[in-house]
Amino acid sequence: MSSEPETSGGTGGVDETDDRTLTTLGGAGDTAEVPLKVSGLEKHFGGITAVDGVEFEIDKGSMTGLIGPNGAGKSTTFNCITGTHKPDGGRVEFNGQDITGLEPYQVADRGLVRTFQIARELGEMTVLENMMVAPKHQRGEALWRSVLPYARNSVNQQEQEILERAWETLEFFDIDHLANEYAENLSGGQRKLLELARALLTDPQMLLLDEPFAGVNPSLEERLLEHIHELRDQGYTFLIVEHDMDLIMENCEKVIVMHQGRILTEGTPEDVRNNEDVIEAYLGGEV
Amino acid sequence: MSDDESGGEYGQSTEEQRAVVMGIDFRNDGLMLLTMLLGIYIIYLLAGLVIGFPFRGLMNQIGQLTFWIAVFAMASLALNLHWGYTGLFNIGIVGFMATGVYVTGILSKPVFGSGTSAAEIGGFGLPLWIGIIGGTVAAGLLGLIAALPALRLRADYLAIVTIALSEIVRFSLLSDSLSGHEIAGYRVGLGGGDGVILDYQDPLESLIRALSAPFDLILGEQGWLWNDVYLGIVVDFVANFIPNNPKPVVDNFAYSAVLLLILGGFYVVIRRMGNSPFGRVLKAIREDEDVTNALGKNTNMFKIKSFVVGCALMGLVGILWFGTQGSVTPNTFRPRITFYIWIALIIGGAGSNSGSVMGGAVFAAFLFQGPRYFKNVIETALGNPEAPSSFGQAMLPVSNGDVVPFLLYTLDSIRQLQLFMMGVVLIVLMHRRPDGMLGHRKEPASSIPLTRPIKRSGGGDTVATDGGETDE
Repeated sequence: MSSEPETSGGTGGVDETDDRTLTTLGGAGDTAEVPLKVSGLEKHFGGITAVDGVEFEIDKGSMTGLIGPNGAGKSTTFNCITGTHKPDGGRVEFNGQDITGLEPYQVADRGLVRTFQIARELGEMTVLENMMVAPKHQRGEALWRSVLPYARNSVNQQEQEILERAWETLEFFDIDHLANEYAENLSGGQRKLLELARALLTDPQMLLLDEPFAGVNPSLEERLLEHIHELRDQGYTFLIVEHDMDLIMENCEKVIVMHQGRILTEGTPEDVRNNEDVIEAYLGGEV
Repeated sequence: MSDDESGGEYGQSTEEQRAVVMGIDFRNDGLMLLTMLLGIYIIYLLAGLVIGFPFRGLMNQIGQLTFWIAVFAMASLALNLHWGYTGLFNIGIVGFMATGVYVTGILSKPVFGSGTSAAEIGGFGLPLWIGIIGGTVAAGLLGLIAALPALRLRADYLAIVTIALSEIVRFSLLSDSLSGHEIAGYRVGLGGGDGVILDYQDPLESLIRALSAPFDLILGEQGWLWNDVYLGIVVDFVANFIPNNPKPVVDNFAYSAVLLLILGGFYVVIRRMGNSPFGRVLKAIREDEDVTNALGKNTNMFKIKSFVVGCALMGLVGILWFGTQGSVTPNTFRPRITFYIWIALIIGGAGSNSGSVMGGAVFAAFLFQGPRYFKNVIETALGNPEAPSSFGQAMLPVSNGDVVPFLLYTLDSIRQLQLFMMGVVLIVLMHRRPDGMLGHRKEPASSIPLTRPIKRSGGGDTVATDGGETDE
């Protein structure tokens, strides 16, 4: 449980330093400028090629948007990166390590954590319990430690730390008043916040957000964006899959456009906006 | 009897009112459980005393009741770890029980030829405690074998695998080719259809003799606790009330009391597992395995651990349940027992440990032992009347307005009607109270109280809450 060297003096007035005490980030990755590198990624479902040779790199501390029309292969790409699907070809590297085809928990363990398109809360657990599941490598996750009397004391100490962190993170996202509410009673937007908050407690280096703004009302969308920007300023890297082109264009410094399983183009929002292919893809023309 | 039960349910007021109370004070679950147990015993005693049930019979019944409450509560707790916490749909419980008790029997039975009948197979003649540990471990191993392929499948496939496994176990026990063999000089086997005679030392006696060891050392005697205290004082005292052969009654009682203590141990262990980061991950798996996996938890590993531990505990329950019955035959272990335990868990409320115990108690008292006791009591009160032997003979007098033969016939068939009653209770429960009596799932998924921390108060209060009894 080494403390985190990378914390880039948190902005926004929220004290996040205590938040990082349980961090277990690997040493090697911290210096890599390109945390995520995808090359030649392929995925077939039966005869359909969902992802066809996708290649891109994500810069450290950046916010990248992945857009494309329905069925472009965005979510499949996501799933292949995070281990939900096993890619049929290609290579995914995270912090210089090959993570192709690893199980989702192994990918998450390396600091690459995803959220889901439809917020998936752990319904019959309270918001606080949802949060407390997330921190990695908890001592009390070992069966014997949670049962044996003496060992349980050390579990309790760590539980106290985790509890404090969970409360702080809930406060950061302004959902601390819901802490003891069952997650299934939350509104759609609150679930999105919970999911992002929960993902943060795993001490990720990079977050993959799958349509974080879908079904979220404009004021909450504003809040979510604020949080994401704040976190980005603290050094987190983001890759966001989104349907809403304008939202991505306004908030990301780099945009990747997918169409029919391939990368159509990538670049700054300006470049992409003026790209003929993109316009055609979105307006339904043949490419 | 079923009236008593619905009465008990009414007494708990509505879910909302209760939830508010529970939110503040979790100990109410425990209180409710104790009240319920007390109520059950009072009903049993009153019913027996009012009607003038003979003392010996009454004592026997109370001992039996305690036995059933303990075994069903323990089995429900083990199942709660699978289903209530992890969401693993295990309907092969009885297979793990059979494995436990058979392995214990084979390990601890006297060696073949040392006085056993020629037709019987022998055992390894190991001390009983080794047999019990061996049986428990064997049940856990069987769980592991089932878990490795099956837990990768979806929940309903696990159900198929487990029920099939329990039948495979039963048919293996029945099989002739495994019934007896020469292994390393010992003639051992599963006994085929004849089953296995469990002629190891009486578990109660060996326990008391083992506990006696320190006293023996001081007093320089052999089995002081058993000979002088148990036989000399306790049994002698009871002989004042039951002059004729009191020992079996006392044995029955004492063994049930031991089971209650073990039940206490079960409860503490399973609650500790549940109220911890380990239990939290199990709960998370129950809610959404993919999410838990995406949060960096090796969900397969957690599921295997939960499954194996639960199976081992089921094996132990099997040993405690069937190990004192003198012998076991394969056909005792039909899936019916599995479903009894499921009913007990559903009554109590899956996901709640106190609910599991309560479900076990209610099932044992009102659905399992209750109807038989009821029949006993009524028959004693009526002076053991002759019941009609067929449905026709029972129905014929009804047309003349005489319903007594019909009622007697019904009473006589109460064992068959029991299953029907269980079905009715299950259906009513599913409609009215799918969460069971205490299935509100408010057991905290942490080893510490989840209140808002008062910035860094130090570790002192954390240690204080570790008592295990205080934090619910």
